[in-house]
Amino acid sequence: MTAKKELQVRAIKNGTVIDHIPADLLFKVINILELDKCSTSVTIGNNYKSDILGKKGIIKISEKFFEAEEINKISLIAPNVKFNIIKDYQVVEKSVVEAPNNVEGIVKCMNPKCITNVEEVYTKFKVMSSSPITLKCHYCEKITDHKNITIK
Amino acid sequence: MDNRSLVSIDDYTKEEILEVLNRAAEFEKNPNSNILEGKVISSLFFEPSTRTRLSFETAISRMGGKIVGFTDASSSSTSKGETLNDTIKMVSNYSDLIVMRHPIEGSARWASEVSDVPVINAGDGANQHPTQTMLDLYSILKTQGTLENLNIFMVGDLKYGRTVHSLLMALSHFNPTFHFIAPVELEIPRAYKIFMDKNKITYHEHTEFNSIINDADILYMTRVQRERFADPLEYEKVKNVYILKNDMLKDTKDNLRILHPLPRVNEIAIDVDANPKAYYFEQALNGVYARQAIIAKALDL
Repeated sequence: MTAKKELQVRAIKNGTVIDHIPADLLFKVINILELDKCSTSVTIGNNYKSDILGKKGIIKISEKFFEAEEINKISLIAPNVKFNIIKDYQVVEKSVVEAPNNVEGIVKCMNPKCITNVEEVYTKFKVMSSSPITLKCHYCEKITDHKNITIK
Repeated sequence: MDNRSLVSIDDYTKEEILEVLNRAAEFEKNPNSNILEGKVISSLFFEPSTRTRLSFETAISRMGGKIVGFTDASSSSTSKGETLNDTIKMVSNYSDLIVMRHPIEGSARWASEVSDVPVINAGDGANQHPTQTMLDLYSILKTQGTLENLNIFMVGDLKYGRTVHSLLMALSHFNPTFHFIAPVELEIPRAYKIFMDKNKITYHEHTEFNSIINDADILYMTRVQRERFADPLEYEKVKNVYILKNDMLKDTKDNLRILHPLPRVNEIAIDVDANPKAYYFEQALNGVYARQAIIAKALDL
């Protein structure tokens, strides 16, 4: 056992702790998980020191447990984010995000001549490769790669 | 969505491709019929494309169908700001089938999802033009007697040419050997090389356009377009390298046929036209039969 470190954010009793979020992506993660619509208490912290990331963000959400599908959306922008499931102050499950097979509605197609960028069309992509993440548009059939992923 | 739509050449399986090509041969024997009697077909050309439109309209007329529609977006309500979604919803109430040409990529897939009747994509920007691919395949089948195990040479703009990409995908069902002849700036995109590697398809790339074509069964020519080059000097260097002249054909195989999606500019010299291996004008006529077969399939006729 390593020595217990001082917690940078107060512990929660039940819920989800999302850790190792690259600091510059924190607000995107908040948007993707639609935490603005969350009714339970949410603690958001950013720019904490991280050995791996330099600066990281943490989100703690009480009484909220995410579906795998929601968690996997995060893989599109930040593949190393960790989700910790907390029950009675203990981490009962840790999961690292995995790329989904299909991505709908979250990502913008990088092709400016794609119908999804011209009319109000819900975007749909097939995931061609998970690392680095590579998406193929269901409509224009062009590839949007990890360098060009923009979250709507 | 109506799954009888034809948006991308990948929408057809190998069996469906062969079924449609057999049907096209039947239409070639008996082009005139009344199988579309009582049917209304919408021909929506949001950008002008005279060749494709006339080919479709000839196909429909020879089958006894009625055509409604427009030939460019300025004579449609798009010019008043109507969305594609609304135009397609309205038109699919009026007609039994929609043939659509649109400058925006992915518009055809979207239309097929909005429409209650099948949609045939007559070109969506730089994306797909599957009826061109079917007429190319029909031309190859007709002149070679088979689609299997052929040596296919593709020349010119292999980077942006959508006809090249779709034909490559369709032929991949038939164990081809590809030779790609293009300037480095216009070589076949990496995505297609990955596709061919995955599917164990043999291909060779060349920058020189010379006697290597003596092995060819099909020579598929495309236009090298000036606007594809960032540097005008680069265009000047390559513009005359990929021109087919009649004397280059003297040692080629007897069964060789030269295809071109047309319009041609200068990439095939005029003296080639008289060579019996030149096939591009017959190829265009084959488009009518291929489109008759595609329409019949879309309507389960």
